[in-house]
Amino acid sequence: MLGVPASMNVIDIEALSLTFETGDGPVQALSNIDLTIAKGDFVSFIGPSGCGKTTLLRVIADLERPTGGAISVNGTTPELARLDRAYGYVFQAPALYPWRTIARNVALPLEIMGLTRAQQQERIERNLALVNLTGFEKKYPWQLSGGMQQRASIARALAVEPDLLLMDEPFGALDEIVRDHLNEQLLQLWAKTRKTVVFVTHSIPEAVYLSTRIVVMSPRPGRIHDIVESDLPRGPRPLDIRETPEFLKLAQRVRDGLRAGHSYDD
Amino acid sequence: MIKPSFFRHSVVPVLTVIAVIIALWYVAALFMNHSMVVAEAQLKGLAFTPSATWYRSWALDKPLLPAPHQVIAELWKSTAGLSIASKRSLVYHGWVTLSATLLGFLLGTLLGILLAIGIVHQKVMDKSLMPWIIASQTVPILAVAPMLIVVLNAVGISGLLPKALISTYLSFFPVVVGMVKGLRSPEAIHLDLMRTYNADELQVFTKLRWPASVPFLFASLKVGIAISLIGAIVGELPTGAVAGLGARLLSGSYYGQTIQIWAALFAAAFLAGMLVLVVGWSERLVMRLMGARPERRAA
Repeated sequence: MLGVPASMNVIDIEALSLTFETGDGPVQALSNIDLTIAKGDFVSFIGPSGCGKTTLLRVIADLERPTGGAISVNGTTPELARLDRAYGYVFQAPALYPWRTIARNVALPLEIMGLTRAQQQERIERNLALVNLTGFEKKYPWQLSGGMQQRASIARALAVEPDLLLMDEPFGALDEIVRDHLNEQLLQLWAKTRKTVVFVTHSIPEAVYLSTRIVVMSPRPGRIHDIVESDLPRGPRPLDIRETPEFLKLAQRVRDGLRAGHSYDD
Repeated sequence: MIKPSFFRHSVVPVLTVIAVIIALWYVAALFMNHSMVVAEAQLKGLAFTPSATWYRSWALDKPLLPAPHQVIAELWKSTAGLSIASKRSLVYHGWVTLSATLLGFLLGTLLGILLAIGIVHQKVMDKSLMPWIIASQTVPILAVAPMLIVVLNAVGISGLLPKALISTYLSFFPVVVGMVKGLRSPEAIHLDLMRTYNADELQVFTKLRWPASVPFLFASLKVGIAISLIGAIVGELPTGAVAGLGARLLSGSYYGQTIQIWAALFAAAFLAGMLVLVVGWSERLVMRLMGARPERRAA
């Protein structure tokens, strides 16, 4: 049984490690991770592929089990937090069920939670409105663009009404124009709902634009190289902020961190 | 609305192929029945002109290979030309076979789905049952069928059920194989999603695995319904040729009634085609109700 550090943070990670047993021997995916995430933070994990950023998010979500160290989510184990439906998870792909309409997709977790039809209807309407998808309730996923599908999947995660939102490269597959737009909307949503967000990305501008803190990770073994505190204003930020010297300075520091942590011998 | 392209791309090629087959068939009938016509002429002491020989080889009572028009005439006579209650009506025999087919298909589908559910959810069942299920299909059905009929008869089960069980024996297999694949078809990300919702096994099944397996189910059903019919016909062979299309085939071969055999064959093929068509229609209906993207047909 792994320990649970006592703290008021939403997420508390101490000396966490995870080793996968593979056919080619053990692979250390995460090594000696120390990280705390406070309530209301927007934290991004950034790093090259293989740095363990997605794995770390999956550990928080109890989709992977760590092999060492301690982690608490909402003051309890990740498993209990998951059983308590303490977080909403947004995957790299929208992962909508093709045989359900958009409204029924948002209803999926609500059905599982055993909400009444009326409660479901209320949450569907409210959360689809939050992601600007009102009027698309009866459409099937294939009738929506990729960006709209991902927004629907965000509405589905929000419908659970968690205080914690875990997002694994949610806009990675979208083109830059759509991505900019969704980044802006996501910040507005975060400011409105005061949720804690953990966001995985491999885009420096995306990480700097969205986050209050940026966790720079490096591979082999996956570890935290640097944690950059953002001095950009909290809350909704205009997209133009990306042209300001403060933004560029932060981006430079993240880029330097990625360079230093990444060995280029492969 | 029927588009002109439908005519050009579907009707014309199909009709052309049918015309070629019929032409080849007449030629084949000519050659295969020629010796019989010559023998007949010698027996009766007649001298046929070449054209009379031709004509005669397409009009024999018990030809080696009946000509198409003979088969069609027999089909017409034994369907439209007879009361449905008649023992010589193909409609009557077709119905006997069809009822065994449908019962066997239904049982086979249910059995296949239940086995697949067990195999997907229980590792023990996967390891222990799958080899037997595959082995069951390597046994020649022609060898199993008579034994099954005899054994069931000995314990007092006769009539429709034994034949249906042979259909079941054949049709459960594609359903098991297809449904095991179908129930395992959800992507990891869809299963992870269910895990983040703390969904139980039953919810994962009803809300994810089952709907995801529907296209696989229909692919299996199309195979299953066709071999159910074969199972029912094979099941009719050892029952002493009482009723059914299989019985017509058997009695036809007892008495050298080749035209009757071919008519029964065509009736069976027609029945199989209709059954597969009905499964195909229900598939399209169900997929539409499940919001599937309409298929775009290649022009």
